[in-house]
Amino acid sequence: MKRPSRDELQKPGYEIPDELKGSVVVTTLNRLYNWGRRNSVWPMMFGLACCAIEMIATAASRYDLARFGMEVMRPSPRQSDVMIVSGTVTKRMAPLIVRLYNQMPMPKYVIAMGACASGGGPFKEGYNVVSGVDKLIPVDVYIPGCPPTPEALLFGLMKLQQKIERQSFKEVYTKPDYIPEPVLGPDLMDPRDYPKIREYTQKKLQELQQQAAQAAQG
Amino acid sequence: MAQPTVAAPDLAARFPEMVTPDTRKGYSGYIVKAEALLDFAKALKEEFGYDYLSSVTGVDYLPQGLMEVVYHAYKITGGPPLVFKVQVPRDNPVVPSVTSIWPGANFQEREAWDLLGIRFEGHPNLKRILLWEGFWGHPLRKDWREPYYEGEHKPFKSRTAGPHFWHEDHNPFGKNVDYPPGFDPYTWEPETADQILYESVIQRTRKPEQEELHSEQVVVNLGPQHPSTHGVFRMIATLDGETVVALEPVMGYLHRNHEKIGERNTWIMNIPYTDRLDYITAMSNNFGYVLAVEKLMGLEPPERAQYLRVIMAELTRIVNHLWAIGFLLNDLGAFFTPALYAIEERELILDVFEAASGSRMMNNYMRFGGVVRDIPEDAWDMLVKLVHDRLPRKIDELDRFLTHNELIKSRTQGVGVLTPEQAIALSTSGPVLRASGVPYDVRRAEPYGIYDRFDFDVAVRYHGDVYDRYLIRLDEARQSLRILQQAVRDIPERGAPILAGKPQYQVRVPAGEAYGRVEGPKGELGFYVVSTGKANPWRYHVRAPSFINLTALEAMSIGNKVADLVVILGSIDIVLGEVDR
Repeated sequence: MKRPSRDELQKPGYEIPDELKGSVVVTTLNRLYNWGRRNSVWPMMFGLACCAIEMIATAASRYDLARFGMEVMRPSPRQSDVMIVSGTVTKRMAPLIVRLYNQMPMPKYVIAMGACASGGGPFKEGYNVVSGVDKLIPVDVYIPGCPPTPEALLFGLMKLQQKIERQSFKEVYTKPDYIPEPVLGPDLMDPRDYPKIREYTQKKLQELQQQAAQAAQG
Repeated sequence: MAQPTVAAPDLAARFPEMVTPDTRKGYSGYIVKAEALLDFAKALKEEFGYDYLSSVTGVDYLPQGLMEVVYHAYKITGGPPLVFKVQVPRDNPVVPSVTSIWPGANFQEREAWDLLGIRFEGHPNLKRILLWEGFWGHPLRKDWREPYYEGEHKPFKSRTAGPHFWHEDHNPFGKNVDYPPGFDPYTWEPETADQILYESVIQRTRKPEQEELHSEQVVVNLGPQHPSTHGVFRMIATLDGETVVALEPVMGYLHRNHEKIGERNTWIMNIPYTDRLDYITAMSNNFGYVLAVEKLMGLEPPERAQYLRVIMAELTRIVNHLWAIGFLLNDLGAFFTPALYAIEERELILDVFEAASGSRMMNNYMRFGGVVRDIPEDAWDMLVKLVHDRLPRKIDELDRFLTHNELIKSRTQGVGVLTPEQAIALSTSGPVLRASGVPYDVRRAEPYGIYDRFDFDVAVRYHGDVYDRYLIRLDEARQSLRILQQAVRDIPERGAPILAGKPQYQVRVPAGEAYGRVEGPKGELGFYVVSTGKANPWRYHVRAPSFINLTALEAMSIGNKVADLVVILGSIDIVLGEVDR
């Protein structure tokens, strides 16, 4: 769909009576809808690690998140629009993050704040660390930094606003609404990977048995 | 500076053949036979007065085939530690639990079981603590390899010389996962761990008469996604009506494998990782780690660096205490306004940190033998104004607004009481210990750095309730200001050296062990490091005050209303980065 430009909107192609000029605004439904949505993005009150401290600092008086209509931090996922993943995503926390994501109403957005949430960061090789929250849920904006300064977070939130502004009705609901929760087994398991996991572990077992057999022979 | 060990000299003679001095080069203390451990510990506590068990941890000596459990015990009246160790074979490490003598060993023994697989016989609740039940293996064992394993030691070739690659490309799943051979995911029952947890909590307090009356206790789960648990912390409380009868903290949701990564890192690479332990007090974490390594290296930082360290550590303490007070009020329901007052001052102090180190939060400021940069002149002026004018004013302001507030008093006085005996037995430290009437402060009990030069009081309060834990933070912030004012006055002129020797990326650390501890804002922060003379630590253990203070959470909560749980937790002032590491 071609989006009408601002100039086109000013000239709708029909006559507006003089007495209504100045009190009528012509726009597209998309623009109106997105104008409302982008200016009241409610984040979920959800801190994981160090970045959460900078998130709180951003909400405080010096950086004042309220300027962007985002100061309403909701403790419940059911009332929030954006999940700011602020910190290291561990395997133990992964099922809960996916559950929280599933509980958010559509349209929902995810910001990966900081190096850990974006790709594992300094803890990437840790045995309990998920290398980036995008391994679990779709991410809209990545913010680099360890931790990102409040200015960087604000910039990321502005990017999200721009993204929301550009979306159309059709796109908004195309994101996956539900993602199966990972399961904590001997390691983190994605239920969609079960056949693959079984294949892998059986192969490993056979290799071990072969090695043992060879050792017994030789 | 060698680690002073002035233990009671007759310990080896008192337990002949059971206790021997540790004669390995660079080591100190005693080696105790496992079967004599309980008698030895009892004698230590009751006859020799070592009533405070600070740290319990394990070390995996793979080449020798030994698993060693290391204990650090102190006298609550001050003085150096008594270090003793138990060595058990690696393939079947069983050690008697000392929880009956020092209940504070509870979580630390569970941690050693979880990460090293050392079984503590007689432990009341030996479950995994940082990882989940069912996890494959004990990750801190030297022969355990993580899914992204590349080499025993950093720097890895793929990061420096190449060929460069993504770890994801080398993993069959493209993720940081690995599974044991023969494992079948379809037969896995994921719910069991939580059920065991809830059952075990309810079993502990179930009374026979309740069965007859058909009344039952309710298990309430708080967290890990909870607006007031200070991060991803979870509590499972059993309630009788509204009263808490049992409580089990569940942690590990932010377990970031500091210790495993720390053993792969070179010595100096661990400094930025310590920033991320307790991320509100990065400077004082740096201090603890460099202190431990300096003990091994025998380095003494120059005068100006010593003062800069003290200044930064005390500023950190003020930041932390303001933050803690602000968020305690948050938990009480005064949503965000007191926190805004606290954060306003924090920002000003962070400006000083940023000017000195280049980063607001993750300062990475200290080095072995000094600090990395001097503080710029304009930041110094800011600092002097803060210390002499703004901060005293603002702390008084908080005091005026909060201390005599009727609502705060009625919500906090007499809530979450911890007696001095409990506080010592449960190994709590820092403000929690001192609010219970025990004037124990590492800066006084075993002065490190140049703390013996400053004139300050060890703040102490006697009721041990939430209100006193709030008051003591104000007191300590004031004492920190006193230290800061003296340090700002006495510091050598700009231009004096701030680093002993040349700056270097690869330091030589002689073989041995060291335990460096500082009085962090949350409590006694200790680093136990073992070196084999190589470029990397053999063992890097953090004695995290927030983690061990949580041992006292159940004792504080029992008998209180469920509505006060969050306030009690807030008064301990935990940071999950340090609890879970």
